[in-house]
Amino acid sequence: MKKYLSFFRLRFIMGLQYRGAALAGISTQFAWGFMEIMIFRAFYRADPSSFPMSFSATVSYLWLQQAFLALFAVWMMENEIFDSIINGDIAYELCRPADLYSMLFSRSIASRLSRAVLRCFPILIVAVFLPQPYGISAPASPRHFILFLITLILGLLMTVSLCGLVYILAFFTISPAGLRLMFNSAADFFAGALIPLPFFPEKMREIMELLPFASLQNVPLRIYGGSMSSYEMQKAIFLQIFWLVVTTFAGKILCHLAQRRMIVQGG
Amino acid sequence: MITMEHVCKSYKIAKRNAGFGEAVKALFHREYETIHALNDVSFTIQDQEMVGYIGPNGAGKSSTIKILSGILTPDRGTVLVDGRIPYKNRTRHVKEIGVVFGQRSQLWWDVPVIDSFELLKDIYSISEPLYRQSLEELTELLDLAELLRSPARQLSLGQRMRCEIAASLLHRPRILFLDEPTIGLDAVSKLAVRDFILKQNKTHGTTVILTTHDMQDIEALASRIILIGKGKILMDGTLDDIRRGGGSIDETVAELYRTYDI
Repeated sequence: MKKYLSFFRLRFIMGLQYRGAALAGISTQFAWGFMEIMIFRAFYRADPSSFPMSFSATVSYLWLQQAFLALFAVWMMENEIFDSIINGDIAYELCRPADLYSMLFSRSIASRLSRAVLRCFPILIVAVFLPQPYGISAPASPRHFILFLITLILGLLMTVSLCGLVYILAFFTISPAGLRLMFNSAADFFAGALIPLPFFPEKMREIMELLPFASLQNVPLRIYGGSMSSYEMQKAIFLQIFWLVVTTFAGKILCHLAQRRMIVQGG
Repeated sequence: MITMEHVCKSYKIAKRNAGFGEAVKALFHREYETIHALNDVSFTIQDQEMVGYIGPNGAGKSSTIKILSGILTPDRGTVLVDGRIPYKNRTRHVKEIGVVFGQRSQLWWDVPVIDSFELLKDIYSISEPLYRQSLEELTELLDLAELLRSPARQLSLGQRMRCEIAASLLHRPRILFLDEPTIGLDAVSKLAVRDFILKQNKTHGTTVILTTHDMQDIEALASRIILIGKGKILMDGTLDDIRRGGGSIDETVAELYRTYDI
């Protein structure tokens, strides 16, 4: 276990040194957040009653999404890992007395957390002080807040586990670019990263909520604003745990297969 | 002790002729060619030996190293390293070996070298006193004192290679595999690396298996030479065995490659 903690620590420290990237990220996320809020405000002005979430819950959803983008954005995968798989530097990781999948897993959590830590506070602080209804509101209740924190962690683990599948599939392809593109667009759409899931038509939403992608940001961000019933929350948390177990297990098996049929290219 | 018996490893390679038409044709029908990287390779290496493993590019040197270090699984044959099958008891095996791939890097690019070392300490579960001792010794022998606090990306190739070698030896492996460790290094760094490897073998009794194209490496380091070509072991002997003519070592080896038509 210490091995993987150590891996986590090093990747975390490394992530903290990219100050420029963090500043650029923060300004992008502010711009994006304001833009989305403006678009939703225009819709809500037309007819507030026809929307599934209150305007303030939607605004909270959007600000939290921007603040914790690095935890959930599936497209924020590490190029370094893909590069090492393609050019064969991964050979070194394979001659370590440690499990490759667990190394990838702890490393990915660290890289996401380090980015999020640098970016979330400025966004959250500004969003708290913005005038209502454009700022982030308090959580629906203390209970909702605790559930928000728990599902936030589950959602992060789930994101890492899903992206882990893509990293490992890169072992089987010549170039992972196509795979990433397909995965990124599908995940962004089905996870509620573009439009929150409640805004989709009833039938479609019911199916989307069962997919693994709904277990990423969808659950914590909606729980915070209190737009889910107790039963819905239970179901969502159960699904998060279920998908986490399934994808992690699948990742481990794939990783095992990849190592058996490995060819290290060049030299 | 390392034994390889009748080891075979082949790769499938997609082949096509040049041109757009051929590329389109390859979408529907692929032609594969099987390359026998290792074709019935057998040898035994005793503890504390220093072996130079030579052969032209594509002869199967790296494949051998990768099989011995547990990364690749051979198609056929048996491999035993100190009683372990590398690709089956991978985790237990890799604790006892050190590998340096001259063309790759194991150091974390954007953080100081010492951070990478500390990570390796935890990965190999090296105890604090042993780590201190190894680090001190390696720092002195490889002259790393100035380098440890710089990020790997800002080191020159020679400096980085010294750090890479140190990284592979922190856990005091009994066997060291060096895959082209002096590639691209200047004269001073080359001499430093050679000198260090010799010392490591003398003081710690580390078994060293070294692949290289640099015949001076072989001259300086290897008491025994194994020549491989087209996946087969062609010669196994001492430096004197191949140096019958008396020309320079490079000419002798080129002559040898020509005789074996590899």
